[in-house]
Amino acid sequence: MTAGTLTVEALRSARIALVGPPNSGKTTLFNTLTGGRQKTANYPGVTVERKSGLLRTPDEHSVEVLDLPGSYSLRARSPDEAITRDVVLGRQQQETLPDAIVCVTDATNLNQHLRLLLELRPLGRPLILALNMMDIAQKRGCRIDIDALSRELGIPVVTTVAMHKSGVQNLLGQIDALLRQRLASDGARTIDGWQEPSVDAIRAYHREVERVLRQAMVEEGTPARFTRQLDRVLLHPIAGPVILLALLFLMFQAVFSWAATPMDWIDGGMVTLQQWLNAHMEESLLKSLLVDGIVAGVGGVVIFLPQILILFLFILLLEDSGYMTRAAFLMDRLMSAAGLNGRAFIPLLSSFACAVPGIMATRAISHPLDRLVTILIAPLMTCSARLPVYVLLIAAFIPDTLVWGSVGLQGLVMFGLYATGIVGALVVAAVLRLTLLKGGRQPLLMELPSYKWPNPANVLLGLWDRVKIFLRRIGTIILSLMVILWFLSTFPAPPTGATEPAIYYSFAGMIGRGLEPLLAPIGFNWQIAIALVPGLAAREVAVAALGTVYALSGDEGAVTEALSATLAQHWTLATALSLLAWYVFAPQCLATLAAVRRETNSWRWAAFMFVYLMALAYLAAFFTYRIALALGGG
Amino acid sequence: MNALKASERRAFELGCTVGLGFTQPLGQMRPGSVGRILAVSGSDRDIERGLLEMGFVEGACIEVLHHGWLRRDPLAVRINQTMTVALRCCEANAVLVGPLGDPAVSVGAVELEYAPS
Repeated sequence: MTAGTLTVEALRSARIALVGPPNSGKTTLFNTLTGGRQKTANYPGVTVERKSGLLRTPDEHSVEVLDLPGSYSLRARSPDEAITRDVVLGRQQQETLPDAIVCVTDATNLNQHLRLLLELRPLGRPLILALNMMDIAQKRGCRIDIDALSRELGIPVVTTVAMHKSGVQNLLGQIDALLRQRLASDGARTIDGWQEPSVDAIRAYHREVERVLRQAMVEEGTPARFTRQLDRVLLHPIAGPVILLALLFLMFQAVFSWAATPMDWIDGGMVTLQQWLNAHMEESLLKSLLVDGIVAGVGGVVIFLPQILILFLFILLLEDSGYMTRAAFLMDRLMSAAGLNGRAFIPLLSSFACAVPGIMATRAISHPLDRLVTILIAPLMTCSARLPVYVLLIAAFIPDTLVWGSVGLQGLVMFGLYATGIVGALVVAAVLRLTLLKGGRQPLLMELPSYKWPNPANVLLGLWDRVKIFLRRIGTIILSLMVILWFLSTFPAPPTGATEPAIYYSFAGMIGRGLEPLLAPIGFNWQIAIALVPGLAAREVAVAALGTVYALSGDEGAVTEALSATLAQHWTLATALSLLAWYVFAPQCLATLAAVRRETNSWRWAAFMFVYLMALAYLAAFFTYRIALALGGG
Repeated sequence: MNALKASERRAFELGCTVGLGFTQPLGQMRPGSVGRILAVSGSDRDIERGLLEMGFVEGACIEVLHHGWLRRDPLAVRINQTMTVALRCCEANAVLVGPLGDPAVSVGAVELEYAPS
């Protein structure tokens, strides 16, 4: 090692990695340790999230903390767990070997969780065992002799209560002690000679855990009855599925009713901004770009932020409380009929918010074929980017009445669109499993963690992450598409004595008219064809594009609200229904296609997904249009 | 696995009353029944390893808590009164379960690969 690298080595802040089984409270501990000072990135080549943050110890050391994906064993069964293994062994590229490992375990489940620690111990790295959720263990009357545990394991042991800052003081102190011993890296880069534990080795680990706990477990305590009693209802063969269905229904109704007020505020803000710009700017191309292109376009998308937040709030709450795995349990048999794994339920449910995190969440499915099928059908789950289009068309064409006494017809149609996507996905999965992707199935082996109150910090940080992603999308893709679209629909200017609206003569009009013959059989006019062009990049842009198309073709002030009135005038019911059917299937999202390519590591599957979804969309729209026409919806 | 704990004995008595004093694959057990794992042997080593990693090991006490609403699949099984695991019947059949009180059962007699430091 040269003198240069030595200095760099000394300046580099120490790095510790948090390793632990799923449901050990590792992420809560990470959030408490690092507070808001964390960043999320991706590991190169895969879309496994790399979460890191900074903490300051009582000795004023600055330490980088790495939150590794939850894993029951270093024998990685999924891409997620492979990252944990590779970082711990120093095999991950662009990632140096952590200076120390904190093994996080659930103190109420030491029996099962200590085994991972026994796997980590022979690696010879500095290691700390954190007994997390100690407060819950104590409430259950569990008493652990920490000194005996530390002695038997031969490593430092601390207790933590990850929910509170004060609950992690022990751990911070222990990290300091470790750093005082060996701040300078010992030069190790990788750990060689590691082998996957054999079945015999796992049995030996079980025996060792038993031996250690015989020494250290003073009082086992009584297991909590709460989770069992709740499960008796929530996993009941009849009540369970009914409650799950009711929860999903409530979730989608909430997305509509709760979001209405904040959406009005955003809408009002945008209108005020437009009026202000109109009053204070000279008539010019720049003003047209600002008012008609950017404010109308971006505003038409920002307005859906409240709905996206509410959807993600539900998903995060279900995940953090432990209910999500119960949903997977209830859905497993049904999904395995379609060749899917119950675990696929979680990524698919996330896809209702956005297919990109959903596709990323398929990492938890270890079997490659199961995973590929789940990735390919994820875009059929109605993501929040479709909501703008659905909301617009439903508001314009479906009367706001009640059916069966108390159910809103608009909400019901929305539910139907979601259901169509789900049924379509199951059929596609079954067909893929019988044709292209035949093969063995992965066993379902899934822990059902204890229920707990969702941690507000976890939920808020998760929501904040989503807001950032959404706003970044608006600031980049959507904003630039809006500018391009404005350009396409403004130039060239109409000839003198033009009879059609200006946009008809523009580039956008030319493209739209070019596509019209292709889209005429499914009832789309040239305005829709124009809106679909930018809508190929991101679904929600189509609403803004329709706004631009109609605003520029002479209808004053056609922002989202006015737009639905405009559409009700210009379109037939059959056309609207056809567009809704199109939107259930059409693969109009560059981010999703890019995620599929990254996750499958091949353009082939991304292309396959695009083609099959496009074909489905065209067929669905065609039949919807023809049937609606035949029933008098013209 | 020395003396039975009171809770285990209660569970054992319950098991006897519903007629579970014999050996059977986990996949055929009904909710409410309890037992001790006699053997874990998948047709496939990966399934065996997966089961072992989730805590299905010889000598562990198990209790079947719930089954799915469709064809009684999957099962939710409590292991050693601490962790609950969901698994499908076909994998559960790789786990052979006997009555709780069988003293002859213990974890496989394999020595540790790594001596504790």
